[in-house]
Amino acid sequence: MSILINKDTKLIVQGITGATGLFHTKQAVEYGTNVVGGVTPGKGGTEVEGIPVFDTVSDAVEKTGANASVVYVPPAFAADAIMEAADAGVELVITITEGIPVTDMIKVKRYLEGKETRLIGPNCPGVITPDECKIGIMPGYIHKKGHVGVVSRSGTLTYEAVHQLSTEGIGQSTAVGIGGDPVNGTDFIDVLKQFNEDEDTYAVIMIGEIGGTAEEEAAEWIKANMTKPVVGFIGGQTAPPGKRMGHAGAIISGGKGTAAEKIKTLEACGVKVAQTPAVMGETLISSLKDNGIYEKCVTHK
Amino acid sequence: MNIHEYQGKEVLRKYGVAVPNGKVAYTVEEAVEAAKTLGTDVTVVKAQIHAGGRGKAGGVKVAKNLDDVRTYAEEILGKTLVTHQTGPEGKEVKRLLVEEGCDIKSEYYVGLVVDRDTSRIVMMASEEGGTEIEEVAEKTPEKIFKEVVDPVVGLMPYQARRLAFNINIPKELVRDAVKFMMGLYKAFEEKDCSIAEINPLVTTGDGKVMALDAKLNFDSNALYRQKDIVELRDLEEEDEKEIEASKHDLSYIALDGNIGCMVNGAGLAMATMDIIKHYSGDPANFLDVGGGATKEKVTEAFKIILSDKSVKGIYVNIFGGIMKCDIIAEGVVAATKEMGLELPLVVRLEGTNVDLGKKILEESGLNITAADSMADGAEKIVSLVKE
Repeated sequence: MSILINKDTKLIVQGITGATGLFHTKQAVEYGTNVVGGVTPGKGGTEVEGIPVFDTVSDAVEKTGANASVVYVPPAFAADAIMEAADAGVELVITITEGIPVTDMIKVKRYLEGKETRLIGPNCPGVITPDECKIGIMPGYIHKKGHVGVVSRSGTLTYEAVHQLSTEGIGQSTAVGIGGDPVNGTDFIDVLKQFNEDEDTYAVIMIGEIGGTAEEEAAEWIKANMTKPVVGFIGGQTAPPGKRMGHAGAIISGGKGTAAEKIKTLEACGVKVAQTPAVMGETLISSLKDNGIYEKCVTHK
Repeated sequence: MNIHEYQGKEVLRKYGVAVPNGKVAYTVEEAVEAAKTLGTDVTVVKAQIHAGGRGKAGGVKVAKNLDDVRTYAEEILGKTLVTHQTGPEGKEVKRLLVEEGCDIKSEYYVGLVVDRDTSRIVMMASEEGGTEIEEVAEKTPEKIFKEVVDPVVGLMPYQARRLAFNINIPKELVRDAVKFMMGLYKAFEEKDCSIAEINPLVTTGDGKVMALDAKLNFDSNALYRQKDIVELRDLEEEDEKEIEASKHDLSYIALDGNIGCMVNGAGLAMATMDIIKHYSGDPANFLDVGGGATKEKVTEAFKIILSDKSVKGIYVNIFGGIMKCDIIAEGVVAATKEMGLELPLVVRLEGTNVDLGKKILEESGLNITAADSMADGAEKIVSLVKE
């Protein structure tokens, strides 16, 4: 088991003929992801890497039965691409694109209301269920199959956490990057809920950063609902206020969104917080031991 | 992206938002000339810098005649203002706004932000104008009223009306206040603002509703479709190194410390600053080289780090995903050779092609300290810089 994606996921790639889309399509296929088609308007009827290309998402879905899509479309056209996928009834749309205007995302979110589509991202590394399905730009080989769920606002920091876990023999059920933008499709709570219900996930590591209050809300939710141990890390403890730290959403404004406040709330809600990014793995392991599930979580020697 | 108050007011004027008449001045003569043209009894001389708190720092003066205008313009132009938003080094005033004075009756606050919780634009208004809105939010949150905007229809007049009544705008001026708010929203939406703050919004003795100040920030992701806004960018208000970095598509933010950082990914870059601080070091910058860095980009990143004279050592922390470690290593070696690096350099590589990357560094014969982990690297650079 896992969440969001698995070996049965049938993926289409929006923007498959662009440099980024093509590169990551090859990587995904190599990893074993079932890529059933691609979409590039005007290139319908052609093939890349043996994968059929369609002009529209609805066409691709109809012909391939795809249930997931990944968006590598440039920022100016990404909102349109996401809505096209939702209109075609795609259940899961993972948007890697960085730099989408926030007003575009506000419209996308409104458009998705009442629809079945779940959007992950934008500005995220994607989602991976080790050994089954990789959708996105993360390096596949650092992941090991196992029982720890990973959810994060940052890409490379997720790799760091996953690497620390894999090195210690702790495999992952699914790793989800929710992205670094202020308006995104899926938040921490959405993912935590799914991990909570997933039989194969025994514990969760949640990686947040400065800006907004998503971590605080997740902390309250965890306290009230989560039956599995959660450990956390918050990036940007030393970030100055008023400066956007790379991610559009990583900014302390009006005294809100500081790391100190987030850490305080998480700890008050029973989430063990790693003091430095170097001990994310260590902190999780100590929590697994506290909860008597360490042995169950060691999946690799 | 930020713009000046006078530019913000020009933008708003086009959307029917009432603002006082005024002119920008770069010299004392221009300021006096502007005041003459305005021809009002009272004029206000306002420092134009990209920071709030100008009034308290002595950057806003009320002039009763042209001699006053001259005196104040001489005093403020070239002065370095230190406010709670400029940092201790302050900002030098190079532009003034000379504006007609108005007979203020009451001050209010109106602002628009992108609300993360609702994923919508939210308009906020308060009777407590002229003070820091954060302070109002903290002490008397009941005095802030909010309207969440549905993007399908935009801000509706009933919402603006409700706000106007809630903040006790005099009945006879509610209609004007609504027009003001509708215009402000339209400007926000069409111009891709990330923040629009009118503090204070004033009602005047002669029955007007006006923006006495205007702070507009723009979504940098949307600048590609806002060419006229990009033209308002004042490079003198920005850090030179940050401008250089943005030319090369590097995300860089200058900080106060002495350890230069080069990292891939925003989250890891922030975490790297944190871990340096944890080992009692001080990061000189945040620098994300991005996912697709090339040898050339790495070289540019090094140049920018080294152009900061307070840098006493460099820490390169890379977790290669799509970005391959050997490419980074080649870039580091090339940059070091080109720049003739004399400062201590610690490199931590992990991820794709890590062994190849490490080999390139070892065989380069350069004085590079290799680190096994993020923590190890941070400890090493901190101790090297202290030596």
